[in-house]
Amino acid sequence: MEFAAYFGEVFTVPAMLLLIGGTIGGLILGATPGLSPTMAVALLIPFTFQLEAVHGLILLGAAYTSTVAGGAVSAILLKIPGAPANIATTLDGHEMARRGQGARALQLAFLASLVGGLIGVALLIFLTPVLAEWALAFGPSQLFWLAILGVTIIGSLGTSSVVKGLLSGCIGLWLATVGFDDILGVQRFVFHSSLSGGISIVPALIGLFAIPQVIAMFADGRRMSSIEAISVERHPLSRAVRELLSRVRAVVIGTVSGSIIGLIPGIGGQIAGLVAYDQARKVSPERDKFGTGHPEGIIAAESANNAMVGPSLVPLLTLSIPGSPTAAVLLGGLLIHGIFPGTDLFDNHPHVAWPFINSMLIGQILMCVFGLYIASLAARVALVPKSIMAPIVLGLAVFGSYSVQHSMGDVYVMAALGIMMYFLERFGFSAAPLVLGLILGPIAESNFIQGSLIAEATVGPFAYFFGGALNLLLVAIVVASVGYSLYAELRARRTAVAGGDAP
Amino acid sequence: MKHVIAGLALVLAAVAGTVEADEYPDRPIMLMVSYGAGGATDFQARIVTMTAGNEDALGVPIAIINKPGAGGRVGWNWFATEAEADGYTLAAYNIPHFIAQSIKGGVEYSKDSFEPIANWGADPAVFIVGTESPFNSMADVVAWAGENPGKLTFSGAGLFVGHHIAALQIEKAAGVTMQYVPTKGGGAAAMKAVIAGDVMAGINNLSDAYRAREAGNIKILAVADIQRNEEFLPDVPTMMEEGLDVDNSSVNFRGIMVPKGTPDAIIDKLASIVPEMFMNSRVLGKMAAGGSPVHVMDREEVLAMWEERDAYLRELLKDL
Repeated sequence: MEFAAYFGEVFTVPAMLLLIGGTIGGLILGATPGLSPTMAVALLIPFTFQLEAVHGLILLGAAYTSTVAGGAVSAILLKIPGAPANIATTLDGHEMARRGQGARALQLAFLASLVGGLIGVALLIFLTPVLAEWALAFGPSQLFWLAILGVTIIGSLGTSSVVKGLLSGCIGLWLATVGFDDILGVQRFVFHSSLSGGISIVPALIGLFAIPQVIAMFADGRRMSSIEAISVERHPLSRAVRELLSRVRAVVIGTVSGSIIGLIPGIGGQIAGLVAYDQARKVSPERDKFGTGHPEGIIAAESANNAMVGPSLVPLLTLSIPGSPTAAVLLGGLLIHGIFPGTDLFDNHPHVAWPFINSMLIGQILMCVFGLYIASLAARVALVPKSIMAPIVLGLAVFGSYSVQHSMGDVYVMAALGIMMYFLERFGFSAAPLVLGLILGPIAESNFIQGSLIAEATVGPFAYFFGGALNLLLVAIVVASVGYSLYAELRARRTAVAGGDAP
Repeated sequence: MKHVIAGLALVLAAVAGTVEADEYPDRPIMLMVSYGAGGATDFQARIVTMTAGNEDALGVPIAIINKPGAGGRVGWNWFATEAEADGYTLAAYNIPHFIAQSIKGGVEYSKDSFEPIANWGADPAVFIVGTESPFNSMADVVAWAGENPGKLTFSGAGLFVGHHIAALQIEKAAGVTMQYVPTKGGGAAAMKAVIAGDVMAGINNLSDAYRAREAGNIKILAVADIQRNEEFLPDVPTMMEEGLDVDNSSVNFRGIMVPKGTPDAIIDKLASIVPEMFMNSRVLGKMAAGGSPVHVMDREEVLAMWEERDAYLRELLKDL
């Protein structure tokens, strides 16, 4: 219980001011499309030059925590995931917002984030040494199988047809190959100089999710003379708390998947939300409601992406290995004050390490409080007429893609993908599996190539990729995941045929 | 957002009255870093430019813009073709990376596309193994690799970067073949592969390896430089001391450059002020704290170094 002794250093005036400022700022940055947690933390690094080490870290930790949660706001209200972590939140969250239940969706998102986040940081506090070994157990072969596991959920994600889901996923996997390959040193599909770096994930996210909507809004605006009347339901907080408590299963699945995935260096939190969403749907008796505005979808996704925050710092704090881009930026924040993370961090710098971790606990609570406060106000976004909303979203989309690396090339990529997605959506394809393919492609490919290089020099490919308990366990889960999807598909078809109303 | 911050900085600078309107520089300067936020180059660039706004330095702040991708090629392509040569757009260079890339082709720059201003750091490559490894010297490594051709796996951050050059030099000097495993995601991923035992050894940056050794995660067998690093690793021998003819060609030099075509008056002014700025005591303190070796070189020295590297790398990469 060593950590409890250091709470006093969090409850000082400068620390609390930074914590509150970082949280509110982080929520706003997180809610802005294009400003991912990594970017928010990087933007704050120069400010920490002037601060004491512990204060600088408190600011960065608060910003990390709250940008991840803040991304839910634009995911739910605008259907633009602020970062890859929030993709799964759009699936049900935006459906709820469209029905005027934005406040309910946001409240559930922030409450679920709080639960997941607190448990994630608690894992960081109590189990760090154990977890560090687990994080190192994932080498190229294990990461490859993990990425394949991600690919198996593509087919069932956010679309009614497995075939169309898989096709969307394949488009994503193909898009992921564009650009210069660092490992083999070759260029692929570089038709224009702005593609030489590949397709960056944030502009792609914005384009694929926001642009089809903008086009649809403009089209509707011309067709419909009267403004669509949505009433925004008020939603008391106590009901949201009760609802969360009644859906413990989704919270548990979200938190557990988020914590495990957050730990693994190289996968980071990008897929935590999607994996949790998929698992929650598979075990839910109401699985048909997923994708139509089902609260469990939001709860699983948001508890997962905040649960990942704490464990994602384990490899950084114990081994000095940043497991995610955001952790890499935090490492810079530590080094600038001469603090080298490592196994003895907590012995050498307890006055920095513990207050930092404690502040993340307090930060989770502050994030939830401020988040809930803005939830009821933000939900009124649904009242804005489409003719006004469309240009605002378009502006945010351009701003968001440009700001990632001050590049017009990213804006072109965003626009091109967006227009492509508009037509794909009209034929029943959806953006979520496409993005998942885009995220998983490089992970699967680079780990397969690295694994092959190592395997050729050592034990041979078969023994390398199928050797060891963890590899076999992952392969078994992959097989089970595919088998379950096939079983569910067959059962659904049989029911449909028996019911006599096959589509 | 960065624009907002740059704008705020501009307002602050104007309020402080430090701007002389008729003289360069009269507005904030941008420094393009062709690697992601949080990487070693980005981190060091932020430190060495933090005093740019001081009266005795440039008097205007320098804002960092990241254009990562394709091992730096995206940023440097942009810098060679689109950046304005007006002195307000600077970039960080990494040697041997951009020269090796230009020799291998497929990019729109060469060493003649840029004008160096000054060098701030030199991060040598080091040869590392996990703490449990049976290898305790380069002789052990070479002996094992000689008996098991192509079976010794070692990691490094990508192709045609300092780590890869060091790997090629070691293989050539020792007359052995080993399996180089490039990683995606820079030195951190290559380091993780060594600590986790995914590979048997690795090449990494001196600064990162120093920290990892402090944390008790790795052993450092040799440094690929002419001299030992007295500041951080006085006990680690050079490759030459270990009997391998490997010089300092893989040392990762970092510094500031401008596009070709920038007016000479501006280049001269930057070249006289920037090395002084790197020697600021606050900068040196932060660099030392972060374990980043400082090596300040003026424009003439950098020009000579670029020339020398270009000639050597053409020779080394000829048969690849």
